[in-house]
Amino acid sequence: MDNLQAIMPMLIVTLAAMATMLAEAFRRKDERMPIGGLGVIGLVGAIAAAGLLWDRNAVGFGVIQADNFSLFVTVVVAVIGLFTIMFSSEVVEREGIPSGEYYTLTLFSVVGMMMMASATDLLVIFIALEIMSIAVYVLTGIKRTDAAGTEASFKYFLLGSFSSAFFLYGIAFSYAVSGSTRLDALSTAIAQSASAPGPMVWLAMGLLLVGFAFKVSAVPFHMWTPDAYEGAPTVVTGFMSTGVKAAAVAAFLRVFLSAFEPLRGDWTQLLTWIAMLTMVVGTVVGVAQTNVKRMLAYSSIAHAGYLLAGIIAASAIGKSAVLFYLASYAVANVGAFGVIAFIATRERNTGELTDFTGLWYAKPMLAVLMAVFLLSLGGFPPMAGFIAKWYIFAAAVNEGFYTLAIVGVLTSVVSVFFYLRIVVMMFMSSNKAELEVPPFGIVGTLGLALAAIATFYLGILPTRLIDLATQSISTIF
Amino acid sequence: MSLTLILLTPLVGALVLLAMPRRLEGGIKIVANVAAWAGFLVSLPLWWQFDPSSADQFQFVTRSPWIPSIGAEYHTGIDGFSALLVLLTTLMGGIAITASWSAVSLRIKEYYIALLVLQTGVIGAFIALDLLLFFLFFEVMLVPMYFLIGIWGSDRRLYSAIKFFLYTLVGSVVLLLGILALYFHLHAVTGVYSFDVTRYYTLDVPPRLQFWVFLAFFLGFSIKVPMFPFHTWLPDAHTDAPTAGSVILAALLLKAGTYGFFRFSMPMLPDATREAVPWIALLSLIGIVYGALCAMAQQDWKRLVAYSSVSHMGMVVLGLFALTPTGITGSLIQQINHGVSTGALFLLVGVVYERRHTRQIDAYGGIAAVMPLYAAIFLLMTMSSIGLPALNGFVGEVLILQGTFVVSKVWAGVAGLGIILGAAYMLWLYQRTMFGEITHDENRGLKDLGLREVFTFVPLIILAFWIGLYPKPFVDRLAPAVQRLVERVSPEIAAGAAAAVHAVPDAHAAPAVPATTHPAPGVH
Repeated sequence: MDNLQAIMPMLIVTLAAMATMLAEAFRRKDERMPIGGLGVIGLVGAIAAAGLLWDRNAVGFGVIQADNFSLFVTVVVAVIGLFTIMFSSEVVEREGIPSGEYYTLTLFSVVGMMMMASATDLLVIFIALEIMSIAVYVLTGIKRTDAAGTEASFKYFLLGSFSSAFFLYGIAFSYAVSGSTRLDALSTAIAQSASAPGPMVWLAMGLLLVGFAFKVSAVPFHMWTPDAYEGAPTVVTGFMSTGVKAAAVAAFLRVFLSAFEPLRGDWTQLLTWIAMLTMVVGTVVGVAQTNVKRMLAYSSIAHAGYLLAGIIAASAIGKSAVLFYLASYAVANVGAFGVIAFIATRERNTGELTDFTGLWYAKPMLAVLMAVFLLSLGGFPPMAGFIAKWYIFAAAVNEGFYTLAIVGVLTSVVSVFFYLRIVVMMFMSSNKAELEVPPFGIVGTLGLALAAIATFYLGILPTRLIDLATQSISTIF
Repeated sequence: MSLTLILLTPLVGALVLLAMPRRLEGGIKIVANVAAWAGFLVSLPLWWQFDPSSADQFQFVTRSPWIPSIGAEYHTGIDGFSALLVLLTTLMGGIAITASWSAVSLRIKEYYIALLVLQTGVIGAFIALDLLLFFLFFEVMLVPMYFLIGIWGSDRRLYSAIKFFLYTLVGSVVLLLGILALYFHLHAVTGVYSFDVTRYYTLDVPPRLQFWVFLAFFLGFSIKVPMFPFHTWLPDAHTDAPTAGSVILAALLLKAGTYGFFRFSMPMLPDATREAVPWIALLSLIGIVYGALCAMAQQDWKRLVAYSSVSHMGMVVLGLFALTPTGITGSLIQQINHGVSTGALFLLVGVVYERRHTRQIDAYGGIAAVMPLYAAIFLLMTMSSIGLPALNGFVGEVLILQGTFVVSKVWAGVAGLGIILGAAYMLWLYQRTMFGEITHDENRGLKDLGLREVFTFVPLIILAFWIGLYPKPFVDRLAPAVQRLVERVSPEIAAGAAAAVHAVPDAHAAPAVPATTHPAPGVH
């Protein structure tokens, strides 16, 4: 029974995913069915289950650990899934996405994400990674008639498989080091040889690092990001830019701060360079973009850099910085992509910057919400992004990573420039030509409002979430 | 009145506006005006209830935990200077909103929301006694101002808005790094994580760290002031901002920079402050003269006033960094004065711009003939700006010069030159716009000030005379704050400070004070 307890959130979402699949099978051709509602039920159930499991530290099958850390990430991922489903309710139909498959795949990939955060065995992490990734590859190309989507999906799949191979290779070397794929065994083995780690250890660490870096889209493994984000349907982009990143960061944290913790001094050096490069490339290239989805893709690369900085500097004060950052980035980013999805029509759905011209005159609330999300991503008070960035930089300064903090601060100033470009387009463009925005219903509006409220709430009263984040990260190191 | 109420009044107004339907234009304007002036009314008791003789550095203190895990608190309170700044903020906020009644017709709901949120941010920055809280408000000011310039501004508004935003943002993130460095130093020394400003006043910071933190703070605040060579955003922002935006920018936002020096840089980093004096004085002097020369060369009325701001703010910083009681008192008074007179000058430009839609100086001329009342108020404010005795500018400038003179005669001399140049460009501006023949036919039919417009100037005129004739109540309120700062930054002259501060205003307290301007019954 204990075994099942630990996997309860995943189990609930899996059941919901199966229910959506069945519902789709029984749907008559033109029947409208609120399939998304099943997903909502599943995700809310998962959140409730995670709440009940809090502080229980349940272990399932020896490889799934429902500790506070994984439960925190589970909730974040479930919330991302909820937002995605809420935004999708109108968009899916308008864009001609097959709804049954869409919701099923989304839910399955959520299961993968949850599992990735909870697994304590490298092989299970790999399985989770694949559950998540394959679903997302398909979601990227779910509009089969759309050339850009198919291309993006194919690229993403190829590069993703590559990185999975690296990851698997890393697992193989880890096995060679410790004779087990379990993280605790690996941890013991590495701790024993920490004074003089052999080449096997380095290979294992490096290859795993590549695999994770790919999934969080850190430079130089970020190449797939802009194409995949641009080509995928916008709601899917919102989902994968937040969910995949959250899950990957969670697993990254668990593997590197528990198993490879003894070698921390070494991998932080390497990671510092990666983080700085990621921030710089993400922002500088982001400035040159004229497509909002691409721009936000580079922004998400830059945010990966901040997240890595949080991992590097995780310590007394900044311990919970990464988790807090993850949550605040997720609500703002998923909200921003929600707005992009809402203003797209069947013909005009590529997210060009010019599509935003005069949005404020056509749909003032959408423009204001978009501005809130963008400013939060840019790290402006009183939005969540401010506290989140503050936390990361404080942690970096505290740990003596001054260069990292300075690069982070400077790139976040530059990044504001491209967020503002969108704001300028929406609010200050003199061209007041009628922008046609398709109607959107109550569910999507509610979703956007909730995301905005969360953004403000985390920015003004962050204490509660910070405490939870601190409690949860304490369980892994 | 509690500070929180003062802080929240404009915000509540903004929220009410948010809920109002867009088509109720009249209602929106009324709500905005009511909210802004209610904000002024609830802040007014600060004038009487603030007790300059109190032993506490900060009064009206409210403290409650905000983010306990990092030691951030909702900690607000005011000393004499911030009390005056809060009063100035609520007054200028009301004036700016009333002045916008007919000037803005586009998207007025959002316009007033932006103004009220901006007001909240400014008040918050002046009352925050927690570094993180201060920083939050310091940044919050940025966004509504950006929208005000970018949406309701004139010709090159996009360029100006972005420039304003990025300049200030660069400054503030560097400021943030400085705050972090201090924060961790406090933790290293005392083992406590705290942003409580008063803790830092007694903290001993090693010289090397002081230097770096001072540099970071300096960058953050001097961009906001703005000091030469970081001033280039200001003329653009002012020129393209709507009138109310310019008024608030000049009267209040720039003060956030000098307030930052006063509240944070100087008392927290006294050694670095002393080291920095020559450099800052140099930059201030360049700012004073260069700003004045630039002002003289402008063809654009508003740009001219903007450059005059650069010059005047140079004066303010110079007085502050003279580190003498007189100089600091003068600087603080002059900040209020600058708010009053430059605020009024921008309002005045706004009045004719609303009628003529041009700011070019040569588009005017002979206006005094058609708008006599306007010309009279403009004259008064010109005189206030150039420091004519009996008006407010004089008091501040004399105190600053006096305070600077004892430190360096050269500085005082150059600053004096700046004042002369100031008189030149302002009088020349007055001459070109108000006197002479009417050269443009459009100007013949210009209407003089209406009742609402006069109403916006009345408080400023009263203040100009009041501070000019009887500055004592202001100086009294500032005295304890100045005293504390001097004790911290120049302990060697702190002993005689109190006497000097009290001696100075008496010299200017004109014998015949009109009964109407006789203030401050509650000063004990």
